[in-house]
Amino acid sequence: MNVTLLFTALVGAILVLLLLVRQLRTKSWLEKGIITEDSFSTLAPKRVGLFVFLGVVTSLFLLFMIIYNERAEFPDWRPIADSRLLWFNTALLVIGSAALQLARNAAGHGRLSGIRINLTAAGVFTIAFLVGQIYAWNQLTAAGHFMATNPADAFFYLLTGLHGVHLLGGLFVWAKATTNAWQKPDPEDVSQAAGLHLSVQLCSVYWHYLLLLWLVLFYMFTST
Amino acid sequence: MAYVALADRDHEQHLHHPQSWITRWVFCQDHKVIAIQYSITAIAVGVVAMLLSSMFRMQLGFPDSFDLVTPDKYYQYVTMHGMIMVIYLLTALFLGGFGNYLIPLQLGARDMVFPFLNMLSYWVYLVSVLILMASFFIPGGPTGAGWTLYPPQAISAGTPGVNGGILLMLLSLAVFIVAFTMGGLNYVTTVLQARCRGMTFMRMPLSVWGIFVATVLGLLAFPALLVAAIMMLLDNLIGTSFFMPEMLTMGGQGEHNGGSPVLFQHLFWFFGHPEVYIVALPAFGMVSDVLSTHARKNIFGYRMMVWAIVAIGGLSFVVWAHHMYVSGMNPYFGFFFATTTLIIAVPTALKVYNWVLTLWRGDIQLTVPMLFAIGFIFTFTHGGLTGLFLGNVTVDLPLSDTYFVIGHFHMVMGVSPVLVLFAAIYHWYPKITGRMFSDTLGKWHFWCTLLGTYTVYLPMHYLGILGVPRRYWSYGSDFIPDSAQSLNSAITVAAIFVAASQLFFFINMIWSLRNGEKSGPNPWNATTLEWQTPNTPAVHGNWGDKLPEVHRWAYDYSVPGEARDFVPQTEPPHEGVVSGRDHGVEH
Repeated sequence: MNVTLLFTALVGAILVLLLLVRQLRTKSWLEKGIITEDSFSTLAPKRVGLFVFLGVVTSLFLLFMIIYNERAEFPDWRPIADSRLLWFNTALLVIGSAALQLARNAAGHGRLSGIRINLTAAGVFTIAFLVGQIYAWNQLTAAGHFMATNPADAFFYLLTGLHGVHLLGGLFVWAKATTNAWQKPDPEDVSQAAGLHLSVQLCSVYWHYLLLLWLVLFYMFTST
Repeated sequence: MAYVALADRDHEQHLHHPQSWITRWVFCQDHKVIAIQYSITAIAVGVVAMLLSSMFRMQLGFPDSFDLVTPDKYYQYVTMHGMIMVIYLLTALFLGGFGNYLIPLQLGARDMVFPFLNMLSYWVYLVSVLILMASFFIPGGPTGAGWTLYPPQAISAGTPGVNGGILLMLLSLAVFIVAFTMGGLNYVTTVLQARCRGMTFMRMPLSVWGIFVATVLGLLAFPALLVAAIMMLLDNLIGTSFFMPEMLTMGGQGEHNGGSPVLFQHLFWFFGHPEVYIVALPAFGMVSDVLSTHARKNIFGYRMMVWAIVAIGGLSFVVWAHHMYVSGMNPYFGFFFATTTLIIAVPTALKVYNWVLTLWRGDIQLTVPMLFAIGFIFTFTHGGLTGLFLGNVTVDLPLSDTYFVIGHFHMVMGVSPVLVLFAAIYHWYPKITGRMFSDTLGKWHFWCTLLGTYTVYLPMHYLGILGVPRRYWSYGSDFIPDSAQSLNSAITVAAIFVAASQLFFFINMIWSLRNGEKSGPNPWNATTLEWQTPNTPAVHGNWGDKLPEVHRWAYDYSVPGEARDFVPQTEPPHEGVVSGRDHGVEH
């Protein structure tokens, strides 16, 4: 029920935000001439696009969480017994996310070597996390927990899978950013460095978000 | 942070310039071409859905006369008709078609902010359509589960298409949602980021407002359908029991246990109800623009209209269970959902009043788009009023699953949005093609469609009150009275008449492409930006060297003291008028 409220809050917040935008209270029929006072338009479209996308992903996972919590209250629910590997995987993702934060800081100071090393490390740890998740799947199947065995197993495979798919999408963007970072910089081209900085920044936002999402999922898996 | 600031301020859009025929017309990143691709695909698949409806109407009107429509085929046709019309035609045409065409042009942008993603959105949409259409050609055919795809029946033996059709349907929906998300990200970000200088939120035409809020709804609601589709796919393919309860089949226990079919209904309608408004809000917006332009009067209560769009969008997320009164729920829930449902009538009725007041003492031009727009006010009011019956739990129970429901939702979200689509196509046709359409054919099309659809759906309400249930292949001779069967036959004749009269539209559109009179840039003397482009049809990049600048709101029609009865948004104020906010006088 709490998660249901959370979802309603999300939708409500977005719409209230829309209504609170000061411009919605203006009497545009009385205004003549050029008016510029846009709060959004100074941001890069990619940045706005990412936040809109995160809204969609939040909606998707919140709905899954609502169903998960409802279903977990039934008596036939058999939660995941062994979560040691998941703790290890979580550590990998935390390191990946932290490395991206370091890359972002390095970009803020214009240190290219810092971007390169931390960005690469972030990807490596993220890939290690994904491999660890697949390993966790193998452990589960070896213990006789298949997808159709119990709803708890079904949800585990489904949600970790979906989370992994989102990380894979992130890795696609990360691969492009990393390739750019390792290219020889052109001191003449300012937009190249700015573009790289923006992608590192947006990657870090996305990674922190997916880390947070994973922590919530992890808590759900172990607490029910 | 210096770098980021630079990237953030870098608003010079890097336009992709088409090099060859393929990149100009096929894999094109221009929003106008993508809009046309979306529209043609959606209309083509809509024609398939319309033909399906003619087929099953023949069976209903004249049972035992056609061997072609067996019970299995009947269910498959009904299912495909519903799903195609709601998702693959209406959603795709309003948002993929008109969203793509109008957002950049009405906001004074050169293109969408992510043109490549936009192109990808269309091609992924096309894939989803092809997957859906493929289900007609596989053994067992498409699914016949009804467009709501309720489990357990949707994936249980005995339902048509249970072997492959349902899989393709769910897969196609999932692919469609991916396509929509790519498009939707674009529409929202473009509205937020790419408005030209002077285009404040409250200067945006209502078309853009409707499309914008509908897209936000879609981005939040489609995930529910995705969740439902993925979970049902797993139930079907791997044998999980998300939705499938323990069942006895053929005397033995089935493979599932413990799933909840009602959970699917919650997910489906959590998407399904906002979906109504995903279709309706763009229609509300576009019809406002058409009414205002052809009545030569500013839209009545612009600010209220915007707020109503946002309020309807918010409320649409808390009414979904009114589709589930008969599924069994706590009476307090029923009370809650009935109340929210009736509350949503307030902003909706407000919009209807404002449309009528826009017409009041206007200089009404009865052009073809205007006829369709006025027709919409009738059909929408009609469909909205029957919604009040169905929104009340006690009235809904006896009417549930009867033809009253069919009549209601076809009036409110079938005929009404389609009338707006026709209004919009006729209204923007001169801008899209540079030619005028034939007025005579357009008027024939309007009257046949309006009177024909009324002849189809009005009697359905009566049938529903009689108690004639929906989703029956044939009623036999004793189940419903002869008079009801005669009415059913009459409905079928009218339905086929409406379907045939769409030929007026197609002939008109195709014939006028070559033979229509040249329209010039602004044949309706409209104020909004898309009519002020330097070229008609607008070329790649839309605006030539210089982006437009906006000096006023979108509805300066018949302004006292002006030489013409419209003032384009790009026209600067007269000398002596103080620019800016709060200098005007309330009038």
